[in-house]
Amino acid sequence: MSTPALRLDRAGLIFLALTLGAAALAPVFALLVPRDSAFAMPPYVVALIGKYLCYAILAVALDLVWGYCGILSLGHGAFFALGGYAMGMYLMRQIGARGVYANPILPDFMVFLNWKELPVAWWGFHSFAYASLMVMLVPGLLAFAFGWFAFRSRVTGVYLSIITQALTYALKLAFFRNDFGFGGNNGLTDFKDVLGFSVQSDATRAALFSISALALALAYLVSKAIVSSKYGKALIAVRDSESRVRFLGYRVENYKLFVFVVSAVMAGIAGALYVPQVGIINPSEFDPGNSIEAVIWVAVGGRGTLVGAALGAIAVNFAKTYFTGAFPEYWLFGLGGLFVLVTLFLPKGLLGLLNMRRAARPAAAPPSPAAQEEGVQ
Amino acid sequence: MTLAATDDPKLTSTLLYLDGVSVSFDGYKALRGLSLTLAPGEMRAIIGPNGAGKTTMMDVITGKTRPDEGDVYFEGRHDLTRLDEAEIAELGVGRKFQKPTVFENHTVSDNLLLAAKAPRGVFATLFGGSGAAQNETIERILTTIRLADLRQTRAGGLSHGQKQWLEIGMLLAQDPKLLLVDEPVAGMTDAETAATAELLREISHDHSVVVVEHDMAFVRELGVKVTVLHEGSVLAEGSLDQVSADERVIEVYLGR
Repeated sequence: MSTPALRLDRAGLIFLALTLGAAALAPVFALLVPRDSAFAMPPYVVALIGKYLCYAILAVALDLVWGYCGILSLGHGAFFALGGYAMGMYLMRQIGARGVYANPILPDFMVFLNWKELPVAWWGFHSFAYASLMVMLVPGLLAFAFGWFAFRSRVTGVYLSIITQALTYALKLAFFRNDFGFGGNNGLTDFKDVLGFSVQSDATRAALFSISALALALAYLVSKAIVSSKYGKALIAVRDSESRVRFLGYRVENYKLFVFVVSAVMAGIAGALYVPQVGIINPSEFDPGNSIEAVIWVAVGGRGTLVGAALGAIAVNFAKTYFTGAFPEYWLFGLGGLFVLVTLFLPKGLLGLLNMRRAARPAAAPPSPAAQEEGVQ
Repeated sequence: MTLAATDDPKLTSTLLYLDGVSVSFDGYKALRGLSLTLAPGEMRAIIGPNGAGKTTMMDVITGKTRPDEGDVYFEGRHDLTRLDEAEIAELGVGRKFQKPTVFENHTVSDNLLLAAKAPRGVFATLFGGSGAAQNETIERILTTIRLADLRQTRAGGLSHGQKQWLEIGMLLAQDPKLLLVDEPVAGMTDAETAATAELLREISHDHSVVVVEHDMAFVRELGVKVTVLHEGSVLAEGSLDQVSADERVIEVYLGR
């Protein structure tokens, strides 16, 4: 009956067409169309939307664990930031002798701190391949270690959310310290080039934009394949009735651990694409508020839909850019109000609203409000 | 420990063996020295008033609750007090809950697919779809539980009785050696109750079954050996006529 081949619904196809279209067309509008044309895409728009795309990847990663497995992670920003730091370290070492202190090996902040040698953690980061590996490995390993203990001890629900929050907060404090060796309060910045291309140039920015759009499409496809498999069905079952799945003989802790690690790796990649586009990574990326904001994107877009999560990330950040410009002091109230309104009136998020307008087929298994609770006594 | 236990012939000839099992929650003794044995292929009905320890007994057998003392063996070899839920389920113990717990967001056939006997590892389910043999089993069970026409319906949309049946179907798909069935006819109409008794008798041809039930008419229809629990231990055992003639049983059920 069900074939292993991936079957995409209408929303998924539209989403893929949009992301792939954006990847193909952005360089055309940013580079080839004359600047004074109405169709030209100014560099700041490229950077801005490129940033939204990275947030969208983070949202898809978060939706994978929250929407499909019921793990409400309030610390996913940590994996995003760790991926960002790994990329930032590569970019720092690319600066080389062009830094203020002109030290060919040590980044400026180390010279400033009077360090003589490169710390072990920084070894190998002159290589792009090594840095790319670390972008995935560091968040993946942290998620593995964290999940191993948390899921084995059957920490669930709000308790798990609290310790994910503590995790990202602890990392924030650690990265703030100068002697931790990652630039302290100021973080890593003043990047010059990536793989030999200047990070400031319009062409590099357009390329990063396209890569981010492709990565978003890929993250969607991987997530969709995971949730469409029998594994994904078991995952949804875990979300809705964890102990029932256990009585069927599934090792629930392994099921959770796998999806948590995949999601963390995805978040790490999003962070790595984000850093060269914004030009800085500092400990504020670990702020618990960032992780909570990511949860709001997913809720607003539509939990357990993947496409909705990406849509939510882009829509909320678009609103944020507008409102923080127009009425800076009211944005947080707006964000809070949005969350309340969506929870009350749009339990399936923006995507649910779109589906309702089409009023055709039933949406694919949206989680019921009580799904986080254990159904079995 | 496991090896030493196999020396006891009484133990090796049983499918399920509980001896002197006690459980207490914050000082309240849910089970006190419960002993019970089940032969392979046997169907047994367990009755008893509220608080007699029926559900706690199920919890102990399936690994949800650890007993404070006593032995619990499956097939005379496996010490169930040392295993967790997933391991016990893999040994071949299936459980149906009192409140029907099906996966409401999945279709009827996906519920059976998840329950069906197949490798349970992460990568096995990630890359392996549903095999042809498995589909055949699912089709057969759909017919047995009379839900063949509703296979693509979301389980959350089924009636109460249909959910109970789907859950029995999920148990069958697991193909366990022992089925624990907790109050299968609670909230069912008379016709559904009779059909469920029929279904369980059918199942007991090639599975051992323990049924916990309040409904005396249903237990009579099953026509099997009955164990009466009271305050966490066995009060009487025998045919339904025997135990209902027992004075202590009457006292417990009718009050003193």
